[in-house]
Amino acid sequence: MTDGWRHTERPFPWRRSLWIAALLTPALVVMVLFVLWPLLSAFRFAFYEFNGLRPSGFIGFENFREVLFEKPYSDWTYNALKHNVVAFLALMVFENGTAFLIAFALLKALPGHRVHQVIVFLPVVLSAVIVGFLWKLFLHPLFGLVNQLLGLVGVGAIPWLGNENTALGSILFANIWHWLGFPTLVLLAGMQRISKDVLEAARLDGAGDYALMTKIVWPLIAPSVTIVTILTFIGSFNWFEIPYVMAGLTGSPGGSTDVLGLYFYRTAFGSTTTGIQDFGQGSALAVLMFVFVAGVTAIALRYLRRREIEQ
Amino acid sequence: MSRRRIGLALAAASFAWGFATSLAHAADISFWTWRQEDKAAYNELFADFTKANPDIHVKFESFPDENYPTIVSTALAGGKGGDVIHTHAYGWLEQFVKAGYFEPLDMSTVPSLANQPADALVSGTYRADKKVYSLPFASQTLGLFINKDVFAKAGLTPPTTWDEFIAVSKALKEKGIYPLANGMGTSWFNEMFVAIFTNPFLGQDFVSDLTSGKTTFKDPRYVAALGKLLELRPYMPEGFEGIDYETAGQLFLSGKAAMLAGGSFDIATYRSQNPAINMDFVAPPMAKAGDTPQATKFFDGGYAVNSKSANKEAALKLVNWMGTKEFGDKFSALLGNISPIKGVVIKDELLSHVAKLNETAMPHINVIYFRFEKPTGSELLQGDITKMMSGSITPDQLAADITDGLAKWYKPFQGQ
Repeated sequence: MTDGWRHTERPFPWRRSLWIAALLTPALVVMVLFVLWPLLSAFRFAFYEFNGLRPSGFIGFENFREVLFEKPYSDWTYNALKHNVVAFLALMVFENGTAFLIAFALLKALPGHRVHQVIVFLPVVLSAVIVGFLWKLFLHPLFGLVNQLLGLVGVGAIPWLGNENTALGSILFANIWHWLGFPTLVLLAGMQRISKDVLEAARLDGAGDYALMTKIVWPLIAPSVTIVTILTFIGSFNWFEIPYVMAGLTGSPGGSTDVLGLYFYRTAFGSTTTGIQDFGQGSALAVLMFVFVAGVTAIALRYLRRREIEQ
Repeated sequence: MSRRRIGLALAAASFAWGFATSLAHAADISFWTWRQEDKAAYNELFADFTKANPDIHVKFESFPDENYPTIVSTALAGGKGGDVIHTHAYGWLEQFVKAGYFEPLDMSTVPSLANQPADALVSGTYRADKKVYSLPFASQTLGLFINKDVFAKAGLTPPTTWDEFIAVSKALKEKGIYPLANGMGTSWFNEMFVAIFTNPFLGQDFVSDLTSGKTTFKDPRYVAALGKLLELRPYMPEGFEGIDYETAGQLFLSGKAAMLAGGSFDIATYRSQNPAINMDFVAPPMAKAGDTPQATKFFDGGYAVNSKSANKEAALKLVNWMGTKEFGDKFSALLGNISPIKGVVIKDELLSHVAKLNETAMPHINVIYFRFEKPTGSELLQGDITKMMSGSITPDQLAADITDGLAKWYKPFQGQ
């Protein structure tokens, strides 16, 4: 038996290769200079005592020990990590849960569903910084729209972003409002790939909305759920802009909105009013976060893929 | 060649020679700062300098405040950066000096150092070699802004003691005016708030005991002073936990609030935002009648010379000039800041009153003494003070957290 394709394959012209290489080079240079090199530098700095001015010596795992086991750094690390985990869980339940329900409603092509689709997706196109400022204004204790409305029914000024119990929730709410359209779109795309015959057959067999949603749609959109879960996880741990704009670099009040992104930025680059630069410790935090996110993502992908196959 | 042509050629040659000579002598130096809003004033000052030193031209280059430390450190680490660099003081400066990026200043190169008071020079001194690396540019005073019109309208007199402050605040609140505009929504401003109201209860003895290692922040005097802050809560705006620096300023400027604990660095800004405001800046309430009024003072930063500068001589000349009375007089007039230079005449009535407050002012403890290593006193205090004000931790816990955090690097606190 001859290996047909080998004989039909045309040799790749070297000129074409050269052309492709020339086109790729600028992007590769940028990638190496501004992504790969800083990433590798962060790995290197994590093992040095380095304040951003002059590395003063190799100190092994000392930076890692400090951020994981030495107070107050370890307290600050776990406090920020806790908020990332809370963010992930909240976004999974409230953002993705709502997105699933909206996607299902849109799938049913209710009247005006195109308008609804646009409304749900519209905030996604706004920049996170603008969304942060917008919600910071809405939630202002004295002049914000939310408290003005609550004032009409006799509720006094609530310091949404100033109270430890409500600050993180307020920021999460803004985040959900901003991003809700994205998982909705991914899940809707997944739902639209389900054969209409399957849905109609289920209907003919007497399946109601709830049964259709849980027994037919949910299992059949497993790949979309995997994508949404992984992206939510990565997004929750890369979370920076909205907490920064709404509550500041220090994660105020009292660290209640601090997340790992803010904490490692603050540690590495310092601030004129909070601290001095520590690239070494900041890099150690970034490396830990990278390893953690990459590790959990790999495990989650493996598990979710297996679940997809089983279904 | 006609005579006319010869004349033209000679003229061109002499012009080229003159141009080349001026190129050979001219030094274009750059001044780096985070104070973007001061561009016009500095350009005016630099024009004066160039008038006296025609060979030296100074280019003003500013960067965003938040990223300034990173920009400066990256540039200096790469052998670049401005020739003269506007520096923050104390611990911020020290990390740069330690790395060898700034030129030491002495009387031979910068004779105007003699015009600076001793406490100002401390802000630009490297503790390890006791040399000055940055010429101090301004002192900042923390105290109480008073809206005089609001007080007059309410028929009240601004308070001088703590008891008067509470009584006046009660009366203002009854009239529907916020007594104190401050909230807890901006970390760095919260630290100022703490310094302003606790310092009159602490006194100079406490500072001496703290800095000599006799006591820590767990000292009952400090815990009691923190406890006094809790008494202010009813007189701050509702939802004060979320009121930030900008909002506090607006409440004060609009007359909705009668007082604001803040810094002299905002006098010029407030005047530009509301030119009609009739305000005063006074010492915060004293612990009891008869005490010395005690505002809080620190030095904001200074002017340093990049040790890798290609025009070090010109840069040193500029820094030396920035330490003269001529510079200080105009600097204070243009920027509404208090120059530390001895003999500077401050014509503005309010500013000269603030300068008077400096004579008995307390040091800003955290900024001056506890910003040299990680974690800084500022990091520890800023994180916890909102918790204390919202009632989730006690003053004792806050004092213990600061002491234990600082004990990581501050030897006198270790084991205490």
